[in-house]
Amino acid sequence: MSRYILRRLLIAIPSILGISVILFTVLALAPGDPFSEMASNPNIPAEVRANLRKQFGMDDPVAVRYVRWFTSMAKGDWGFSFASRVDVDKLILQRLPTTLFVIGLSQLLALMIALPVGVYAATRPYSWFDQVANTFAFIGFSLPTFFTGLLLILLFSIKLDWLPMVYRADIDASGWQYVWESFKQAIMPITVLGLFQGASWTRFVRSATLDVIRLDYVTTARSKGLPERTVIIKHVVRNALIPVVTLVALQLPGVFGGAIVTEQIFRVPGIGSLLIASILANDTPVIMGVTFVFSILVILFNLFADILYGWLDPRISYG
Amino acid sequence: MDELELRKLIKAVEKGKVSRRSFIQTMIGLGLTGPMAGQMLMHAGVAQAQTPSVFSLYKPTKRGGGGPLRMLWWQAPTLLNPHFATGTKDQDAARLFYEPLAEWDADANLVPILAAEIPTVQNGGLAKDGKSVVWKLKKDVKWHDGQPFTADDLIFNWKYSIDPATAAISIGSYLEIQQIDKIDTHTIRIVFKKPKPFWADPFVSNFGMIIPKHLFEPYIGGKSRDAPNNLKPIGTGPYKFVDFRPGDVVKGEINQNYHMPNRPFFDTVEMKGGGDAVSAARAVLQTGEFDFAWNMQVEDEILKRLEVGGKGRVSIAQTGNMEHLLLNLKDPWNEVDGERASLKSKHPILTDPAVRAAFNLLVDRQSVQDNIYGRTGIATRNFLANPPRFRDPDNKFEFNIDKANQILEAAGWKKGADGIRAKDGKQLKFVFQTSINAPRQKCQQVIKQACQKAGIELELKAIVASVFFSSDVNNPDTYTKFFCDLEMYNITMAQADPEFFMNQFLTEQASTKANKWQGRNLTRWSNEEYDKTFHAAESELDPVKRAAMFIKMNGLVVANVVAIPIVNRPNVQAINAKLKAPMTGFGNNTWLIQDWYKEA
Repeated sequence: MSRYILRRLLIAIPSILGISVILFTVLALAPGDPFSEMASNPNIPAEVRANLRKQFGMDDPVAVRYVRWFTSMAKGDWGFSFASRVDVDKLILQRLPTTLFVIGLSQLLALMIALPVGVYAATRPYSWFDQVANTFAFIGFSLPTFFTGLLLILLFSIKLDWLPMVYRADIDASGWQYVWESFKQAIMPITVLGLFQGASWTRFVRSATLDVIRLDYVTTARSKGLPERTVIIKHVVRNALIPVVTLVALQLPGVFGGAIVTEQIFRVPGIGSLLIASILANDTPVIMGVTFVFSILVILFNLFADILYGWLDPRISYG
Repeated sequence: MDELELRKLIKAVEKGKVSRRSFIQTMIGLGLTGPMAGQMLMHAGVAQAQTPSVFSLYKPTKRGGGGPLRMLWWQAPTLLNPHFATGTKDQDAARLFYEPLAEWDADANLVPILAAEIPTVQNGGLAKDGKSVVWKLKKDVKWHDGQPFTADDLIFNWKYSIDPATAAISIGSYLEIQQIDKIDTHTIRIVFKKPKPFWADPFVSNFGMIIPKHLFEPYIGGKSRDAPNNLKPIGTGPYKFVDFRPGDVVKGEINQNYHMPNRPFFDTVEMKGGGDAVSAARAVLQTGEFDFAWNMQVEDEILKRLEVGGKGRVSIAQTGNMEHLLLNLKDPWNEVDGERASLKSKHPILTDPAVRAAFNLLVDRQSVQDNIYGRTGIATRNFLANPPRFRDPDNKFEFNIDKANQILEAAGWKKGADGIRAKDGKQLKFVFQTSINAPRQKCQQVIKQACQKAGIELELKAIVASVFFSSDVNNPDTYTKFFCDLEMYNITMAQADPEFFMNQFLTEQASTKANKWQGRNLTRWSNEEYDKTFHAAESELDPVKRAAMFIKMNGLVVANVVAIPIVNRPNVQAINAKLKAPMTGFGNNTWLIQDWYKEA
């Protein structure tokens, strides 16, 4: 087992290298200039811009820039943002708590909906509950988050005036009031994301459970006289969960990446909005930092999913 | 309007026959900037006495007690050192904590902030030869950490900015200073390298915010990025720094030792960034969650609908920003010496004055204003549109398809079977580019339809803004390369003085391969008379003569149809119904933040 993990980690190194090369070249080839705003401002002489480009090392060839980026990254120096001149790791860390709070809770909400609804619907296929659940699931993942987000804002902020439409990272309150205010402003983004994710997961859990529930061993378990509850939880769900775990594990890095559209609508200062802002500003070091961490997380969670299989299904072994 | 007429008009203002505001409006009509008009009046001794000072509009009688002030910018501030602040958002954020010596108000008066008084020839502040200016500083000003604010801080800011290794954005405002003499602890004399007609540039307005010497001195030059106070400003302003998250929010609290009496009104201030303009407008005008929202680039229709609830209103301040159409005078389709639109080439069609004159008649500015921009874009024909003292009131715009047809017909451009005019085998077909932005695409359509009726075919092209406005040398679609027949964009006039703005029609500024397309003259127009007038204006000290020169330059640009101004874009903000927040078109949005208050 530990040899397997070690081998997988070693294989990960070339993939990470490859990913960083591709990311870097794509960013270097992409059009745009972090100082374009200065170009249209007549008060700033062109020399200032040229000087900044030189100072930030942007006039060097791509290969030189890549090596420089990689060596400093290996030393733990992530570089600094061209826009704010702040270190990239600081910027990311500043956004992390909000992202984990909002996106993490929304994923939890999605799981809490998807698991019971999906399993229950599968145990009674084509019943009225199943039909209703299916219909809502279809509606749920067909509506894009920017649409449901705006809908919720119109309803709860503008018409009813119950919830704030702007998310604020630091609230002037303490104790329970702080907790309540933080939660209140997060309700809408969490709901939007959670329902969207939950809808597609519900469909997935249902079909995975349906696949298992018809198998002979389930019939055997039932004929042994086990109560239905035990049959479903111990025998069906455990096996049905294997594909679901893959799906969830692979989507967990997304918790870090944030949700670009939703964060933009509710002004949630998470990593998604950092990424989109830096893309719009052509702030290469920040884009590089966020996407790179993201790709490392994807690789790690892949490994994590593979290991989880072994625990869920003892037939899978790691030779 | 020439120099003589200008002088008559100024006399009329002096005698009170013409109001200061209408004079400024007239000058903006002539294509000049507001502050330049203001300087003209100051020079004539009309000065600012005529209008009540902006400070008199402030009603609260004690400091604080106003609760929180919540502001929304849909682009988030990313840094707080005013010398690095590129965009409006950063300057606006820095201005909460830092202050300049003076600011320009909406009527282009110079308003003292850290200065004890505004220098004039009468009070001996301005040298007759225009080579130096004496600023007296307020004596009792303290930095937020308790240190006194003195002349040394000003001298330091100049040195900090001009060091190329500092990489300061403000450098343009300070380069022309030869030396700064410290007369006493609170008086300085700025000596310029050559006579500077627009002396109120260093230490004034956007790029004039002053940072403390005692905190930034160790970080001059190459170490500028390491200064801890880049992110934790210690200024002289009405609010003290509390918290900053780059790209998200800036927070401040009341400065109990602020140097102006009874100010500020609010106890805390918060500037939140991100999101989009429409929802920002909603948060102020509909839900009232925020008190102020910046730059409402929203269709006027929507703004009007949101205003109905009465929770807030839209404030509009005039600026020199200009949405305009450029006609390429060089050939963008064929290479000469390996360069498209080379200076050695000539555009085969657009160099014909008749075609250019026709285009000028085919831009339906009034429709563009009425149907697209509403209150947020005012139809104009002047290139130099603001401040008023530089605007040409005689310069009226006209939309007339028949006349355009006549002009083209007379010049020998005959309609072919396909309805497109042609002459000598050359058809009137052009490619018209702009950035992707809904109002711009609508505007392209308006122009295209009018052109069609005159036998001109336009192929419309829309380019992603991040490409169009980049300075990427390898991309052919940037606006500075202008490898196209026509293009349209909004040029901002960040400066109160039109000198920087108008250098974009100088021959030496032509955008070419040799200068990596960094030159500002995009049509590559070359006019000896324009160049001569511009260089004369550079050192002309008499503000009236100088204004007359800029009016002449504006006239040349318009008469030769080098650029076709379409609409003047004012600053549009959403403001809570109770909030009093004086705006100006010639400075930051937060230029008078200490005077903001809410009515009970």
